[in-house]
Amino acid sequence: MAQFQKPGWLDNGLVRWVDHRLPIFTFVSHELYEYPTPRNLNYWWNFGSLAGIILVIMIVTGITLAMHYTPHTAMAFDSVERIMRDVNYGWLLRYIHMNGASMFFIVVYIHMFRGLYFGSYKAPREILWILGVVILLLMMATAFMGYVLPWGQMSFWGATVITNLFSAIPLVGDWIVTLLWGGFAVDNPTLNRFYSLHYLMPFVLVGVIVLHIWALHVHGSNNPIGIDTKGEQDVIPFHPYYTVKDMFGLGVFLVFFSLFIFFAPDYLGHPDNYIEANALATPAHIVPEWYFLPFYAILRAVPANFVGEWATAWMGLVFIEAKLAGVLAMFGSIAVLFVLPWLDRSPVRSSRFRPLYKWFFWIFLIDCLVLGYVGAKPAEGVYIAIGRVATIWYFAHFLVIIPLLAKFEKTKDLPKSISEPVLGGGGGSASAAASKPMEKV
Amino acid sequence: MADTDGTATTEHGHDGETRRDFLQLATGAFGAVGLAAFAWPFIQQMNPAADTLALATIELDISKIEVGQAIKVKWRGKPVFIRHRTKAEIDAAKATAAGDMIDPEEDTARVKKAEWLILVGVCTHLGCIPLGTKQGETKGDFSGWFCPCHGSHYDTSGRIRKGPAPRNLEVPEYTFLSDTVVKIG
Amino acid sequence: MNMIRTALVAGVVAVTASMTFSSANAAGDAPHAPEHHWSFSGLFGTYDRAALRRGFEVYNGVCAGCHSLRLVAYRNLMDIGFTEAEVKAIAADVDVPAEPNEEGEIEDRPGIPADKFKSPFANENAARASNGGALPPDLSLIIKARLNGSNYVNGLLTGYTDAPAGEEVPEGMYYNANFSGHLIAMAPPLSDEGVDYADKTKATVKQQAEDVVTFLTWAAQPELEERKRMGIKVILFLLLMTGLLYVLKRRIWADVH
Repeated sequence: MAQFQKPGWLDNGLVRWVDHRLPIFTFVSHELYEYPTPRNLNYWWNFGSLAGIILVIMIVTGITLAMHYTPHTAMAFDSVERIMRDVNYGWLLRYIHMNGASMFFIVVYIHMFRGLYFGSYKAPREILWILGVVILLLMMATAFMGYVLPWGQMSFWGATVITNLFSAIPLVGDWIVTLLWGGFAVDNPTLNRFYSLHYLMPFVLVGVIVLHIWALHVHGSNNPIGIDTKGEQDVIPFHPYYTVKDMFGLGVFLVFFSLFIFFAPDYLGHPDNYIEANALATPAHIVPEWYFLPFYAILRAVPANFVGEWATAWMGLVFIEAKLAGVLAMFGSIAVLFVLPWLDRSPVRSSRFRPLYKWFFWIFLIDCLVLGYVGAKPAEGVYIAIGRVATIWYFAHFLVIIPLLAKFEKTKDLPKSISEPVLGGGGGSASAAASKPMEKV
Repeated sequence: MADTDGTATTEHGHDGETRRDFLQLATGAFGAVGLAAFAWPFIQQMNPAADTLALATIELDISKIEVGQAIKVKWRGKPVFIRHRTKAEIDAAKATAAGDMIDPEEDTARVKKAEWLILVGVCTHLGCIPLGTKQGETKGDFSGWFCPCHGSHYDTSGRIRKGPAPRNLEVPEYTFLSDTVVKIG
Repeated sequence: MNMIRTALVAGVVAVTASMTFSSANAAGDAPHAPEHHWSFSGLFGTYDRAALRRGFEVYNGVCAGCHSLRLVAYRNLMDIGFTEAEVKAIAADVDVPAEPNEEGEIEDRPGIPADKFKSPFANENAARASNGGALPPDLSLIIKARLNGSNYVNGLLTGYTDAPAGEEVPEGMYYNANFSGHLIAMAPPLSDEGVDYADKTKATVKQQAEDVVTFLTWAAQPELEERKRMGIKVILFLLLMTGLLYVLKRRIWADVH
């Protein structure tokens, strides 16, 4: 059985002297050595710490890139190419940073879907979840502004299209867009402020992550069974068990990451971004980075005048512009995540005991991938229809299916405690699976 | 590329186990090596880049500098003085005994061809640019250069003769590629 | 078990997502470029030095008349086997504006290795004016700026054919089977024996295209060889490290299971 004990180094004289004045060592001991973690966490629980490590990698590579980058429309593109060609290991730093953004989103999306599958957003972890959605929003803003900095064609036109979304806001839209640009189009002032904010945001991100972890450590991690821990037999200390497990997971992940950096560094990027920005020629297809594609699909799914007319008729909002509908849908797709803990009133957290929700979870995952696929395609023909169905399903999942399931789904019996199924078999996952033979994941 | 686990894994050795676990040590050592390797590009990126290094050596055509004239060129972000010395200047530089100077050095040790004096034009006192290269500028008491900041006087070999500067003007690394082309750096 | 399942699901999702993504870039209607095996493709691929040298001759003799290569410096040629003397001679062949002289006038000076490749036109308008309104793109990044770039450019250079019957080719345009829309403003740049290779290789159009694509791929990705070399080492190291961590993890978790 695992031991919860303070580490030996807490008795060191110097450590004790510092700790008496600034209890940082007690803090580390408390959050790592004595922090009780459910003993049955599976590998899906690796992705939180992984995301944190990627953020560190992004900050470190970002700071070094900033030593060579020039935020001026006339020089930005060339300064990036100078990094790629002349700066010592510049290509490595930039490829890590460039692909790191994609890795960050892969890991965070997996982290979120894990939360959806195992009901990690439910009481008492609602604020933890909400902070997570805030982190996602900050990440999206940071990634978007970072993508503008190389000042390629996609940088420029992506920035133009996305900032123009704000013009859909009634009354003040155009004023806001001009404010964002600092001019009458995306130009040097825009590039400068995006650079400034791109440097700032990751540190705001760090702050919100501290809150996220703080909230996590109040009630501890959720677990694959989704029932609360009921005593010493259900938990193990975070260190060394989960530190070593996280490190192993990190190793696997770094191999995956390295394959992109060293052998397919431009695979996740768009060729047009190797053409310098040109304000007089739009690329044939403006496509955002892959991690925005599902949201981009939702943006384009709403018929240009559908909700506009609807709103006009029902709310008398005559000034609503047609494109506002799509913009509202896109922001709504993230806003709905904020209220998820209150949409899902089912007391059972884990999908393992929710036979119906489990299926809908997988359908939802597929729906998101379909949205991503549609987002990558030109908005024409069959893709419009698919995009609309997938968008409707996206919102129906949260607003209709989840509340209804909470009411009508017949959930399976929950085990008495985590250790019960664990002790009943040879290993955590094996016995958990054995006790629920119908399980899919 | 490495990972941030070097420290985390090495600390495993302290978590209550009495026997030193070889595995933990090996993993920790691996992590430390990986971390160090990962850190290297981040340090190395601060060193001069390839385009900077490409301009670290310059080649100059000196055929157009008349006897008695001097020019100032930029090299590695600093001025370099190239003076085509007159017979009188060469003789003055050679005639003066080096022994009593602030920074004793023979003129022959400071030039490769007696008529060409090549110097880094930065006063060894506090980094100002001495006067005396251009026609009409004051050359100081010893007909070489004069630093207006704190009054250092250099002679026709660029040696410090009077004033607060501690050392002679630095002679950069250079080679004559031909009679008319000199490579600095 | 758990781990394998996690990896599998994550892998399937990642692959699906990446397929989703790559279809995004393939959204254009450009004809599919014919595949070609390049010396630099694959995990261990390196640039064929002889092809690079011939490719430079093609660029310099043919492309450079209209297309700039503004991000590449003459000194970079030393990385692919040109001697310092050769590079100095190549650079000195062009005149570039010098620093303002004592009178404030800007005179020309011969190029030096540290200079970037001289562009054939002073600016975009000059380039358009000399090319019937079309802008010959800079070639420094052309391989990265086109999907499947090496194959694309190779296909384009070898794709000139007669227009199919019934297809009208306007004045100043040329028919190219591998170009999106098939009508291109660039006249067929390569012709058999259009360059005299120093190494006496027979200069067919196919040979020239292959060589210049190799050269342009290097121009776009000069770090390719170092990157792959480092990648192999890094991944081997990580696999070893991860293996160790896995064994260590099993050891530490032994008392929990």
